[in-house]
Amino acid sequence: MLTMHNRSRRRFLGLGAAWSAVLVACRPRTAAPVAEPRALGAAVSSYGSRSPFEKTTRFFNQNTKVPLEEASSRTPLHDTYGIITPSSLHFERHHSGVPVIDPATHTLTIHGLVDRPLVFTVDELRRMPSVSRIYFLECSGNSGSEWRGGSTDSDVQRVHGLTSCSEWTGVPVAALLRECGIQASATWLLAEGADAGKHARSIPIRKAMDDALVAYAQNGEPIRPEQGYPLRLFLPGWEGNTNVKWLRRLKALDQPAMTREETSKYTDLMSDGTARQFTFDMEPKSIITRPSGGDTIAKGARHQITGIAWSGRGTIAKVEVTTDGGTTWNTAELQSPVLPRAHTRFRWSWTWNGDETVIASRCTDDTGYTQPRLAELIQVRGINSQYHNNGIQAWKVAADGKITNGNRA
Amino acid sequence: MATARNATSRSGVLVSATVLAGVLAAQAFVPAVRAQSPASGFGRAPTAEELRAIDIEVTPDGKGLATGSSTAAAGKSVYTRRCETCHGPTGKEGPQDVLVGGQGSLATPTPQKTVGSYWPYATTLWDYIRRAMPFEHPGTLTADEVYGATAYVLYMNGIVGENEVLDQTTLPNVKMPNRNGFTSDPRPDVPVKKK
Repeated sequence: MLTMHNRSRRRFLGLGAAWSAVLVACRPRTAAPVAEPRALGAAVSSYGSRSPFEKTTRFFNQNTKVPLEEASSRTPLHDTYGIITPSSLHFERHHSGVPVIDPATHTLTIHGLVDRPLVFTVDELRRMPSVSRIYFLECSGNSGSEWRGGSTDSDVQRVHGLTSCSEWTGVPVAALLRECGIQASATWLLAEGADAGKHARSIPIRKAMDDALVAYAQNGEPIRPEQGYPLRLFLPGWEGNTNVKWLRRLKALDQPAMTREETSKYTDLMSDGTARQFTFDMEPKSIITRPSGGDTIAKGARHQITGIAWSGRGTIAKVEVTTDGGTTWNTAELQSPVLPRAHTRFRWSWTWNGDETVIASRCTDDTGYTQPRLAELIQVRGINSQYHNNGIQAWKVAADGKITNGNRA
Repeated sequence: MATARNATSRSGVLVSATVLAGVLAAQAFVPAVRAQSPASGFGRAPTAEELRAIDIEVTPDGKGLATGSSTAAAGKSVYTRRCETCHGPTGKEGPQDVLVGGQGSLATPTPQKTVGSYWPYATTLWDYIRRAMPFEHPGTLTADEVYGATAYVLYMNGIVGENEVLDQTTLPNVKMPNRNGFTSDPRPDVPVKKK
């Protein structure tokens, strides 16, 4: 297992905590200013990269019997800002590795219960009328460790890093289905990837005809290979694995195919032994990303509590923050734009008085649904469901300022 | 409790009506003579050969199953050669997914989701083996080998007999123990507070 990767954020917060003290200390001094560089910098380059001082990475567990081709890697939510996730830090979940696909030869076939089966080239799709939308994408297994209590030394990346947010560009699936003459008897759409294991999910036609996209770009560039280059299905607000990557065909059916993923894998086992199937929505959720597990904060210092909220069913209407373990909830500031089915950034200023406490956030979306406590979810679903934990994340602040996962408490 | 299939057909009625309305509206302006060509000029018709190469899914009614057949007795050698390294000699040892056992465990604190305890359709097993197995070499089993591996995994779970022939006709009729274990999505399922 990787060690708690870089903890530059601790230094950052330490600096933040000591900020005013440092300013006061510096004011009367006349120390020589740090010299700005005088030597020439680097020349222009053909492709950019981040500063060598920035080290944050996706996290994945390397000490596991699960092959890394069917593993997941997690977005460093603590060290990303605003609402857009850098494509290079977008979480991954593959089922049979990342294929290398030449867009000149890759095609998308639409067939089954249609009047005109059609094969589209990637170039044709890029020339069709397109839309760009900012949407989150979250794995249904995100936060799954918490059903059974989680780990006190886990951090926001390990617990919640299977969500990311990007601008996606592509062609509405509805337009493609109309082009093919979708038939009245078609109620489901099988989406299948071109990866080694031909990942496949059945999607209700109503979603396909609503806001589904065949996406070819992410954050202004062609989709990264890990995200499905050159084409992926994008189903706003729906669990990650239905957003089939490396999309090679869509087949209109009059029944779900009942693939392995939608029967034996991405189904939610209840305590009575039955399992919920086709649990597509990612329900409203929010998390404080800073300060969070692994951070140490200073007593008496002013802290900006910040985090993200999102709803697979609509738009975030309100985020509340508690700094006293849930006794009082304060309405946080939402950063605009607040977009449907997208990460929404929230902020709340707080001065820690040095007492042991619990901080947490909860969101409400425009359907009126308020994010529940994890205990409420467990009361209804038990602890075997594995997927779709959107419960409130508690962070425990110890008397020494050290923050840990407080879900166990 | 409603099964997923029931939920499917219920939503299907609504969806069909919506799609029908859309199709009627779209086609009202399209002369019948143009029905074979797309209006925008994008896309081309696939050849029969192209479709055959990718049209691989198998639905619970057995549509999509390849011709061929096998039994657990014959499939044992396929399992030993191609499956055992990852799934163990009796399907219980791993290191990858446990395939056998777990029946009766789903409602306990330590549920074991195996082919025998959890999977609702035998056709899904055939589809998945053909689609994605063996993990490092998917697509390398013949149709008979897929039937054989399927039969052997079902046999180890006590679901089919050692010499029961599985083919296009018999496989869809295999009754899986957890066939009725699935429900539709009832969420939101926690109290909803109004703003």
